[in-house]
Amino acid sequence: MSEDREAIDRLIELMARLPGLGPRSARRAVLHLVKKRGTLLAPLAEAMTEVGATARECLNCGNVGTGDICAICDDERRATGQICVVEDVADLWAMERSGVFKGRYHVLGGTLSALDAVGPEELRIPRLLDRVKSEAVSEVILALGATIDGQTTAHYIADQLPGVSVTSLAQGVPVGGELDYLDDGTISAALRARRTL
Amino acid sequence: MKAAVTSLDLSHFRSHKRAALSLDGRPVALYGPNGAGKTNLIEAVSLLSPGRGMRRAGAEEIARRPERLGWKVWAAVEAEGAPHEIETRAEAGQTRSVRIDGKAVPQVALARVLRVLWLVPSMDRLWIEAAEGRRRFLDRAVMSFEPGHAEAALDYEKAMRERNRLLKDGVRDAHWYAALEGRMAQAGEAISIARRAAIARLVAAQGEAETAFPAADLALGYPDETPEEAEGLRAAFAAMRPRDMAAGRTLIGPHRADLDAVWRAKGVAARDASTGEQKALLISLILANARALAAEGGAPPVLLLDEVAAHLDSRRRAALYDEICALGLQAFMTGTEPGLFEDLGERAQRFEVTETGGESQVGETT
Repeated sequence: MSEDREAIDRLIELMARLPGLGPRSARRAVLHLVKKRGTLLAPLAEAMTEVGATARECLNCGNVGTGDICAICDDERRATGQICVVEDVADLWAMERSGVFKGRYHVLGGTLSALDAVGPEELRIPRLLDRVKSEAVSEVILALGATIDGQTTAHYIADQLPGVSVTSLAQGVPVGGELDYLDDGTISAALRARRTL
Repeated sequence: MKAAVTSLDLSHFRSHKRAALSLDGRPVALYGPNGAGKTNLIEAVSLLSPGRGMRRAGAEEIARRPERLGWKVWAAVEAEGAPHEIETRAEAGQTRSVRIDGKAVPQVALARVLRVLWLVPSMDRLWIEAAEGRRRFLDRAVMSFEPGHAEAALDYEKAMRERNRLLKDGVRDAHWYAALEGRMAQAGEAISIARRAAIARLVAAQGEAETAFPAADLALGYPDETPEEAEGLRAAFAAMRPRDMAAGRTLIGPHRADLDAVWRAKGVAARDASTGEQKALLISLILANARALAAEGGAPPVLLLDEVAAHLDSRRRAALYDEICALGLQAFMTGTEPGLFEDLGERAQRFEVTETGGESQVGETT
């Protein structure tokens, strides 16, 4: 009996390692999959195999895709002279969802941290500096987190790009947000970045 | 305006398996034999402020032995006219966590609820020992005036740790240093401004008061020349890189600051005064701190005075009690004999702390 369940238990154990899932929710998900073997489990397994075989990081920007160069880097229309620097692929996708930015991206894969031994080499920063030269970039937009490490990384990059316009995203009141719910730091950042109407 | 702890519950905290104190805002006298657990009680109060408390103990050290289950301190406090509940705890093997009014918050948030200042026997040598103790004493006063000081200090500390790691690893990336030094310079300027403002307030509060304790002239000093404004500090960090790299750490900055004190009436440096006078000077500063906060209409601090009464002559002891009561402060005081607190009369709550079989008991007495 216990032997028959070995494969299922292994699947539960693996699922529990996914972000947002614990042992309990992993068990639920696996039971659901087993129940829907034909309509969900088999297509899922197939999709996973395919992604496992083809997914890779874009050699140019670090985005995740299925080719050596991602669709964005491959698209000539996106050679606008703007590069948007983000921490993670998730941030890149969030920018893409908004559909506003028409340039290209550069994914760092983290932030500088001497204590965690994450240096410029680990963050594709040298590659970014190369790209700025080779792709005729006129503006680098730093879309890094408003955290201490994010800001240190932003300063580090800005410091190395003299002659190029380096900008960062604004910090302040979110669209549809109410002042009442903002913390002091955000309010003071918003006030500093106020503009004339 | 008053600030007081109104209930204090300890669970598996050092010698206390359980202790519950119900307090009414008057000063609190804790008496009992050596080793009964008096200081443990006020250490629990010190953990209602950010940091490692008055013993600078790690979370693990505080857990009651032999169980080592972790510990918890729960307190109801009244500050600036509003009641709050503070809970701070550490499970076995974990760091301490804080909840204010049922919500998990970072430790630094404590500074915005309650101001806690203390005087413990190990501070008797504060004026003659290394600058670190004086700096910490000053920063606690600064934090009572300017709760944001804790955040600036943390920000500075974090950037400096990163920079020290680069120095130790022999990293030579100038841009990386510049990014960290920019952060340190910005936080450093805020730290220095807050320190200077606090010193000015302490000096003013001492000057105006009728007190039995000596007034001191205070100054902020550094072992090496150190600019305080951000631009100068940033340039100084950059210039110091080679020397810092040889040392493997950051040699200048607000983290090296020292508090100098000169006894105003006699013109004698604090470190050259007698042991008793040195202590009187510390009491004077703590009272001045409380007075300055009260004068600005803010919440006064809660004082923790460990073994202070026993080291004062009877005249000064009576004067200390009078000043505490006049300022309406909740001061937690420990002493071995109830007689030490006789002068307080009805003005204080009294608790006897005893110990049997490694477990402390606390009971209110009249």
